[in-house]
Amino acid sequence: MAATGMQAATAATAPAAARRPSRLRRVARRPLPALGAVLLALLVFSALAAPWLTSIDPFEMNVVDRLMPPDGTYWFGTDAYGRDIFTRTLYGGRVSLIIGASVAVASTVIGLVIGVVAGYFRFADAILMRIMDGLMAIPGILLAIGLMSLTRASIWVVIVAITIPEVPRVVRLVRAVVLSVREQVYIQAATAIGTRFPRLMIRHILPNTFAPLIVQATYIAASAVLVESYLSFLGVGTPPEIPSWGNIIAEGRLYVQLAFWNILFPSVFLALMVLSINVLGDGLRDMLDPRLARRI
Amino acid sequence: MWFYVVRRVLATLPVMGVVAMIVFLMLRLSPGDPAAIIAGDHATSKDIAQIREHLGLDRPLAEQFVRWLGQLATGDFGVSIYLERPVLGLILERVEPTLALSVTTMAFAIVLAIPLGVIAAWRAGSWVDQAIMALSVLAFSVPVFLIGYGLVIGFSLTLDLLPVQGFVSLGEDPIAFLRHLVLPTVALGLVYTALLARITRATMLETLNEDFIRTARAKGLGEPRVLILHALKAASVPIVTTIGTGIALLIGGVVVTESVFAVPGIGRLTIDAVLQRDYPVIQGVILVIAGVYVLVNLAIDLSYSRLDPRIRY
Repeated sequence: MAATGMQAATAATAPAAARRPSRLRRVARRPLPALGAVLLALLVFSALAAPWLTSIDPFEMNVVDRLMPPDGTYWFGTDAYGRDIFTRTLYGGRVSLIIGASVAVASTVIGLVIGVVAGYFRFADAILMRIMDGLMAIPGILLAIGLMSLTRASIWVVIVAITIPEVPRVVRLVRAVVLSVREQVYIQAATAIGTRFPRLMIRHILPNTFAPLIVQATYIAASAVLVESYLSFLGVGTPPEIPSWGNIIAEGRLYVQLAFWNILFPSVFLALMVLSINVLGDGLRDMLDPRLARRI
Repeated sequence: MWFYVVRRVLATLPVMGVVAMIVFLMLRLSPGDPAAIIAGDHATSKDIAQIREHLGLDRPLAEQFVRWLGQLATGDFGVSIYLERPVLGLILERVEPTLALSVTTMAFAIVLAIPLGVIAAWRAGSWVDQAIMALSVLAFSVPVFLIGYGLVIGFSLTLDLLPVQGFVSLGEDPIAFLRHLVLPTVALGLVYTALLARITRATMLETLNEDFIRTARAKGLGEPRVLILHALKAASVPIVTTIGTGIALLIGGVVVTESVFAVPGIGRLTIDAVLQRDYPVIQGVILVIAGVYVLVNLAIDLSYSRLDPRIRY
């Protein structure tokens, strides 16, 4: 019985004290984050190098070869228009990468600015946090769907629609860090020797937010890739003529029974990308600070 | 206690007010003229002017907002542009499938996740723990439609055990009702299960380090009693909180799952409304769902003192 208690105790408090083993050994002991990074790198490569990995045009229709099962020519089979699923899946990765990266950067930057203002200026805090509470009361996908209805769909509109629901979580995180840091003695000391606000913020307060923000941004990227595919799957996301994973699956769903490969391959790529980003995020979290940004 | 309850109930008003403002401004601040958006691509300028006047879009924003709030307060959520019927009625018609799927999914996830989380924390660091945690990351990452279509191909098309899609009302045929809910519940429930298992493990890990756990073990209580009566009870507040905030994730998943399994619920209503640019319906759905979310979380907040006697107001 005591042993299990000890196990729990060491698992919860382990990283702090022990002497740091070599980097290689740390990777070997927890191989998942490294595997995630390698998998993500492969997916990024397959998306960027798509024109060299396949000689087929992702838009080329071929009426004779409709709904062909996977074979030597069409590795992932073809869709209802005779287009090559393998090619379209590779190109679809580009859309997911652009959207995942853009949403992660945009929501982090916007959330950082709002969070700093809310955390540092009392008068703005009440108003800003009420707005964030209101935004968080609306389920993210529902808000994104609502935003998508406002204007003609494009990749940029998708990015905005996914970014807005992600902002409040970043704001809360940044605000919490700023609130706790501003009470520290070294901030008092810096203020006492006459440090001005911009320098105080950039040199002394903001660096404390970086570690949790990087972890949070990783999770946001994973979530954005997934949400884009959901929006496109529902027909309210990326314009249907662009081969994003969600769009390929949305078109393929009509033929689930006849040609399941239409949805299988893009779904598996999608799952692998989200998985690799999530695993990477978990690894970063454990590496940067196990207490920060515990995933809810 | 009562003072606290009243204060918490009143505190939901500004949140709902902000939600209403967001929903209101969404349409007004969008690029383009809302009247033109509503009128569609083939409208003449006369149609657009008519819609603008009909909806009061030519009045000042503040006046429009106050008038709209007044209508909401009397339960008037507007009229669907496409179906020309009151929005609230349309939503209520679609409540049953969505509510049924949400409830079964939550039950499925809670029943599965809490034991998994407790076991993972109890055997922290072991292969069981690592397997449970790895599966939870996987469940976070696999899209609902991959699980959904996988289940359909396996259990419906190949084994012919369960219906492929659709929904049957509970009043009509309780057995068919349940049979139609099994696959959507599993497809949707895995993400929610992963979320709850992770938070259960994390809070249990903290609780198992507390002195009262050592005391409970020292006085010779069996491990099940220690884990469930002492540790899990003390860890219940963060778990219940996550069940509440996780509803946002759940509802997002419901929309997608309804689409995969052709369930005629609120998700379907929303998507149809977006495709037809039926803004009163979209606004109504967002308001109702946000209201439910706020109320459920209010109820959870108020239950804390029951769950944990250390919390007093």
